[in-house]
Amino acid sequence: MSRVIAYVKDSANLLKQKEYRQFGLKMKRLLIGMKFTDGLLYHILVYALLFALGYIYLYPMLYMVTGSFMTMEDIIDVAVKWIPSTFNIENYRIVIEEINYFDSLLDAIYLAGVPAIAATVSSALIGYGFARFEFPFKRILFVLMIMTFIVPPQITMLPMFRMYSNYDLLGSIRAFLYPAILGQGLNGAIFILIFYQFFRMVPKALIESAELDGATPLQIFRKIILPLAIPSIIIVFLFSFVWYYNETYLSGLYLRGSDMLTLPLRVEQYITNFTSIYPEGSRARELMQAVKLAGNVLTLLPLLVLYFFTQRYFVESIDKTGITGE
Amino acid sequence: MKNLKEKISQFFGKLGDVIDKVRHFLSHNAVFTADHEYWTFLKRLKIRVTNKRRQALIGVSFIFIWIVGYLIFALYPMVYSLYLSFFKVRLAGADINMTFEGFNNYKAAFLYDPYFVEILIEYVVEMILNVPITIVFALIIAMLINQDIKGKGAWRTVFFLPVIITTGPVINELMVQGATTLPSIQEYEIIDLILDNLNDALASPIQTLFDTILLVLWFTGIQILIFLAGLQKIDRSIYEASMIDGAGPWESFWKITLPSIMPLVSVVIIYTVVSMSVFGLNEVIIYIRNVMLGESTVGTLTTGYGYSAALAWIYFLVMVLLILLFVGAVNIRRRGRR
Repeated sequence: MSRVIAYVKDSANLLKQKEYRQFGLKMKRLLIGMKFTDGLLYHILVYALLFALGYIYLYPMLYMVTGSFMTMEDIIDVAVKWIPSTFNIENYRIVIEEINYFDSLLDAIYLAGVPAIAATVSSALIGYGFARFEFPFKRILFVLMIMTFIVPPQITMLPMFRMYSNYDLLGSIRAFLYPAILGQGLNGAIFILIFYQFFRMVPKALIESAELDGATPLQIFRKIILPLAIPSIIIVFLFSFVWYYNETYLSGLYLRGSDMLTLPLRVEQYITNFTSIYPEGSRARELMQAVKLAGNVLTLLPLLVLYFFTQRYFVESIDKTGITGE
Repeated sequence: MKNLKEKISQFFGKLGDVIDKVRHFLSHNAVFTADHEYWTFLKRLKIRVTNKRRQALIGVSFIFIWIVGYLIFALYPMVYSLYLSFFKVRLAGADINMTFEGFNNYKAAFLYDPYFVEILIEYVVEMILNVPITIVFALIIAMLINQDIKGKGAWRTVFFLPVIITTGPVINELMVQGATTLPSIQEYEIIDLILDNLNDALASPIQTLFDTILLVLWFTGIQILIFLAGLQKIDRSIYEASMIDGAGPWESFWKITLPSIMPLVSVVIIYTVVSMSVFGLNEVIIYIRNVMLGESTVGTLTTGYGYSAALAWIYFLVMVLLILLFVGAVNIRRRGRR
């Protein structure tokens, strides 16, 4: 009898041990997984990193948006750090009225959009020329083209400034439009490179068959190449638009004292004017912080809207356009 | 809508006609005529048309606008500013007064200018610190969002935000208000703890690192895009094969992922250095612009166009040296490993 009991106990122990082992294995599976990258630990690590980095990325945005709603009391009050005590859109009203926001916005879109369109068209043509045809000195020209990206605008801006003032181009959109038409716009080399990469991937047979049917090079470009390149065209236009919109260094130089100003510059100008009126440490200056933030939010808002509608293109067409340059 | 479409196609039809006419004029005039067999210049010089030559001509005419643009907006300004940098330039109304100075402008930049050398050194140190950080973070983020994670689209939206928001004044504003340094890090006094236990030579870069990390991360937009594209081109089956051979994620990162995207690192380096160097808030370029506009005057020589041109060229050379340094460093390591 006792032997039977011992046997049962033993087997129960064994079972328990087995269970323990299995449980241990299961836990290991769960935590580390088959190859570590599918385990829970790894996932926790990944999401922790993602949230930490995401917080860092979003922090200035959050700061800007919440700060822009604050009233003067909120700014002075140390206890109010993130959430404004009242929902206050006064700051926005001030900025919108003072800089004539909607007109300025139209100006800014015009200032960025027209050169961006010109840059897109010209870089498509140039990129196609480089990608499809062989001609003498092509390599040298190509290297020169890439070099133009590295040369800082500080070197060229001075003679350009003289040139523009001689030909009376200062203070008008033409100062940006003409270089863009000739493929020398803001970051023009990158756009040419994007199109170059894309057009090299277009199968030659397609173009040759069109040639056999008697299409001229321009017809081929317009009817075959351009429709294929629509993703690239969109991404080049978007990038170009964003960069022109955000540009302040050169536009600060070329557009000085004219009615046409980019939005960031106009907000900056207004703030500088406003701050100089009030003495250091006065309450109006304190409030100015919130107004500034509201101005910044309003500057970025059109871009954010654009980004949310088109981010698919920003994100997905990297592959299609071969921005990587191999 | 249909009406608009018709109008657009009509417009392009007309445009095509105009282009045809222009082409006809270009190929049938006294200077240059073209037919199927010969190109004739000035009615004398005949060149036989081969397929290769025709292709070359078409190719050159496609990039013709670029050549013109390069000459006007790149080559001419570069040569002219190099020329100016050897002169003392004074504006007298519409005329320019130029006196030849030789290398005096360059000498003055290093010997007499109290600010330039200082901010240039600051710039170099910043670059040496920030560029590797940018690249490492871009790579980490690219690898993170390249995995199967929940809400991929949302994460990507967050991490590509810097592509959109790189406006000078906005970032400047955030910097002034202290939104570009993380408060939580400072509040917990981690930095102080680290700093107290290190000597100064090590501590000050770390201090700068924490102070600027947010700003640096905001330069990673395009870099993430580039790395992500590179990561997506790596064949998944390579990872599977290495896993079967017993490689863990750590090994496969060093042996597969890194070597495959190494060629992109050079591209990213160039892009990072250039974009950081020409960014509107860079101390050096602000100084150069102020010198050019005569807003900061130091001594008699150190003002005006000539001097600022010299400064710009020095800056450009430093930038190229930095790029060569970084690219060289990366490539030496690569050769060593091979």
